[in-house]
Parts: sequence; C-alpha cells; structure tokens
Amino acid sequence: MSRHSFLESTLKGFTRAVSKALQSEHAASQPGLLQQLDPRVRVIGILALVMAVILCRRLEAIAAILLIAIGIAAASRVRLASLAIRVWLVVLGFSGVIALPALFITPGEPLVTSPALHLSITVQGVRTAVLLVLRVETAATLTTVLVLSTAWTHILKALRSLHLPAEIVTMLAMTHRYVFLLIETANQMFESRQSRTVGVLSGSEQRKMAARTAGVLLSKSIELSQEVYLAMLSRGFRGEVRLLTDFRLKARDYVGLTAFLFTGGLAVWMGR
Amino acid sequence: MHIPDGYLSPSTCATFYLFAATGWYAALKRIKQLLATRAIPLISVFAAFCFVVMMFNVPLPGGTTGHAVGVGVAAIVLGPWGSILAISIALAIQALFFGDGGITTLGANCFNMAMVGSFTAYIVYRMIAANSDLKSRRRVLAAAVAGYVAINASALVTAVELGIQPMLFHDASGTPLYAPYPLHVAIPAMMIGHLTFAGLAEAAISAGMVSYLQRADLGLLRGVSGLAQTPTPIVTGASAAGASAESSPRQLWWVVAFLMLFTPLGILAAGSAWGEWSSADLTNPHTRKQIESASGNHAPPSSVPVGIEKLSTLWTAPFPGYAPRFIKSPAFGYLLSAMFGVGLLVLGSLVARVAGRKWPTRNLGS
Repeated sequence: MSRHSFLESTLKGFTRAVSKALQSEHAASQPGLLQQLDPRVRVIGILALVMAVILCRRLEAIAAILLIAIGIAAASRVRLASLAIRVWLVVLGFSGVIALPALFITPGEPLVTSPALHLSITVQGVRTAVLLVLRVETAATLTTVLVLSTAWTHILKALRSLHLPAEIVTMLAMTHRYVFLLIETANQMFESRQSRTVGVLSGSEQRKMAARTAGVLLSKSIELSQEVYLAMLSRGFRGEVRLLTDFRLKARDYVGLTAFLFTGGLAVWMGR
Repeated sequence: MHIPDGYLSPSTCATFYLFAATGWYAALKRIKQLLATRAIPLISVFAAFCFVVMMFNVPLPGGTTGHAVGVGVAAIVLGPWGSILAISIALAIQALFFGDGGITTLGANCFNMAMVGSFTAYIVYRMIAANSDLKSRRRVLAAAVAGYVAINASALVTAVELGIQPMLFHDASGTPLYAPYPLHVAIPAMMIGHLTFAGLAEAAISAGMVSYLQRADLGLLRGVSGLAQTPTPIVTGASAAGASAESSPRQLWWVVAFLMLFTPLGILAAGSAWGEWSSADLTNPHTRKQIESASGNHAPPSSVPVGIEKLSTLWTAPFPGYAPRFIKSPAFGYLLSAMFGVGLLVLGSLVARVAGRKWPTRNLGS
C-alpha cells in the first residue's frame, strides 16, 4: 500500500467521476437510436422497462429484457465493452457476492449435496440468486444506457415535464453544476497537499487532514452559495422558478413510446 | 447502503417513495419558510458538497479506508430539514447521473440515509451537546456519536427493509423473489460493516469537521447549537426559538410515523401474546403447549373458564386476528389492520383537536 494511499485513492475517485461524466456527455452527443427520441420518451420508456424488470417473476422474461437493453445500447452507440466494465462486472462483483450464500441457506429441495461439508445447494437457492443478479444487471444496464444516451439537462427537462416540482429540478440542475466545481476544488486541495507531503503520515494525521479538507470545502461551499444567491438576485430572481420545456413529440417518438410500453407490458404479462 | 434496483419489491419501493415524498414536501415547505429565496442556492451547493464528501476516502484505524455519507455534518450545520433535502438531492444525482443506487429504490435510499439519518444525527447531537459551549470538546464528541449512531440507524432500517422481502415476497415453491435473506441474516450482515468501518468513517469525518469549524468558522455551528442565538447565515429547521412549544406535537407525529414503519415487525412474532388467549387457544393442544412453556411450565386450566367462554361471543372484532376476512394473505392483512388502526387514532386525534380549538372560542364568545 502506498504511503499516501488515502490521498491518491480520493484523487483517483475524483478523476473517475469526472471521466464518467465526460464519457456520458460524449455518448449522449452520438447519433443513435435513443438519442433520436424525445428525452421524455427515453425517460418514460426506460423507466417502464426498469419497472417491468422489478415486476417480472420469471427468469426468462427478465433475460429477454436484458437482451433488449443490450440491443438498445448497441443501436445507441454505447460501447458494449464500457458497459461490461462499468456495469456487468461491477454488479456481478457486488450482487454476485451478496447472492452467493443464498445458494446454500435458502430452504428448499436439495439440488447438490456435499455430505462432507454438510452443505446442500437448493433449487430455490439457485433460483433466488440468479433472479437477484439478473434483475440488478438488467436494471443497471437500462439506467446506464439512459444516462449514457441522454444529456443531464435533457433528463432534467424530461423530469420537469413529468411534473416534478420546479424547485427540485432547479436544485438538481444546480447541484450537478456545482458538483464538478467542488470536485475540482477538492482535487486541487488534495493535489497541493500531496505535493507538499514528505514522509509518512500517521493514521490520525491523515484523518485530521481529510476532516480539515472537508471543513475548508464546507466553508467554501457556503461562501459559494452566497455568491450564487447574489448573482441570482442581480438577474432578477424573486423565488419563482421557471424552466423552458421546448420539447415537441414527433411521429417516431410516439412509435418509440408505444414500443417501450408494449415491450414492458408484454414482459410483465409473460413473466407474472 | 445504496440499495440497487432489484433488491426491493415494487410495493416496497412505492411505499418508501410515498414516505420519502412526504418528507421532501415537509422539508421543502419548512426550508422555504425559513430561508425564502436563499433556499435553492444554499441547498443545491450544500448537496454538491455532500456529494463530494461522499467521495472522500476516510483513513480508518488498521490502515483501511471508508466512505462517509456526510449526514452527521449536514444535520449539524443545516438542521434536519435542510439535511434531508441536501442528502436526498446528492443521492438523486448519484442514482440518475452516476448510476449508484437504484431508481426504483431511490425513495427507500432517501428515506434511510437522508430522513432516518438526518433526524437521528440531529437528535443525538442535540442530546449530547446540550447547552455546552460552541467550542467545547463535548460538541466534538457529540458530532462523532451523532454520525456513528445515524449511519447505524440508517443501516438498521435498510436491513429491515431487505430482511422483510423474503417473508413477504416469494413464489409458490418458497423462492424469495427479491432480497433473499431473512431478518436474522440481513440485520447482522448489514450491521457488522456499519458498526465498524462505515460507522467509524462517519464518526471521524463528523468529529473532525466540527473540531475544524470550532476553530475556523464557528458561525456554521451556531444554527443547531440549541443556544440562544443571533441570526446566522445558516438557518435551521429547529432554530426558531418560538417553534419549540408548537413543535412538540409535530415531533410526536413524526415519532408515530416512524413507529408505523415498524408495524411489519409484528408479523415476525410467533404465537399469541401472553395473557391474550382466546377460548380456541385454550382448547387447541398445540397452543396449550405454547401457553404452558410461556407461563413457566404452569399448565393452563383443562377446560375453558366459564367467564372467557361467555364473554368471548359478546363482541366480534371487524378484523379478527388482525386480518380482514376478505384478504387471503395474513401478512398483508396484518399490515392493513395496523395502518387502519393508526389511521383511526389519527382521525380521532384530529377530531379532538378541531373540537378543542372550537370549544374555548365558543366559551369566550358566550
């Protein structure tokens, strides 16, 4: 383990987040199947499929939605390699480990028994573990495809047109904007600290450094919010939020929406 | 602790969206009252701060690192209502933009971390810090305990949500359809990690930040200090001095709402409650054995006492055995009965409150 591991791992985390965001922005600007649809149709359609995944009780139906999600990703120019690294392996590592003991401890008919270890894998155990992993993989694939194919501002506008309160949409938009500013600020603080650190810091010193950096970031955030508030006031902000929602549905959007809802409904019916 | 999509059933997700929406509505209303036009920029930037703090690796004893949620600091600086909004917005950005945590489970995640976490941190901090000086070490300790308890309370609620899934949602063969582990597995599995790494990370960042703010920016700690105060840049949900008398019944409502969430636990209780036996229980050999073992091996009377037999037919409850007759699932029937019972109490108290308001007016008028 490196002597500055906590500083380095935090810095790596910041870089990863920014690079993820850049990838999303890049993928969203590509011409693809989802990108050509109205953002509202994308949000409603993908959410309908996620709901179908949660409602389905049969493995075959969930597997079919996963295949459809992969097809949508490929047609939307989302690289399957990045989907595999970003979603499938991560989910398999996390939910797979969580689901593993369920093979043995779920009561039911024994499928394989090891008398030496006094363990048996049950049919119900296998089914519940596969159901969990497949559900999580499919839902995560769908949401990642949505995120990668839709600019954040469009997701927000779609949420607003779905009657999410304007204040909440504004807060989400502003938070998203300032997340990157604060990541950059925190990144600079950690980098400058790392460049001036010679020798090995004790655990207690490292904790103090993390807390102090967070404290400075908090003070800077509060100051920033005051500056932002004054800037908003100077532009005529009086507490009322108005957002532009200039989307117009075209014929292909209606076709897309029908296809999404039909697929979701069919999957729920087949997988009930 | 971020529950991904697929771990909770649709009905659980819908229920927690409802709880979360109620909390968001109340928090937004409260914060807008207190901060007026400043609410949006302050909460937005604070949410961005919470998001970034969640990415900090906090070094822990033993050479490992952990991540904090930042709920302790948010509740100490912003108060519980502001903290609910800031943490919820940060969680929503994580789910919608970075794909961390599910979309269908966002309501449950916000309820667990933003709502349970914020209120627990706030209550624990205020209880331990009491009226101590803003610069006292006691406040640093209070922040550490508040962060630690809050993150563990959130983890416990998360574990209960996951643990009730196999009991309520399984197919005909007994296969759990969502999170597969029952409460006796889910609770220890979740709590071990939070009582150690995650709890320590939250305690360390909360205490460290309060200690830093005591020296660098004391004004930020004044909001929820509980001390007599001058107007500060950060106004909190509990800072208005005049609100204390009025807020106690409101706090009681929150406690009632919180307790309602635990009504599913009643499904887990096996057998009859001691002393609540019916005449059928006293004649059934299986329940007679349970009564005997629960009563220190004293055998119940061999025949049903005459008084119990006579009185048992006097009143028939609308929901006998906590399950209305038309509902087939006993677990769902139990939940419905619990909600119905609490609803009746709420209705009764509202009627009493309205009557109580009108009565003195009439007296004064006469």
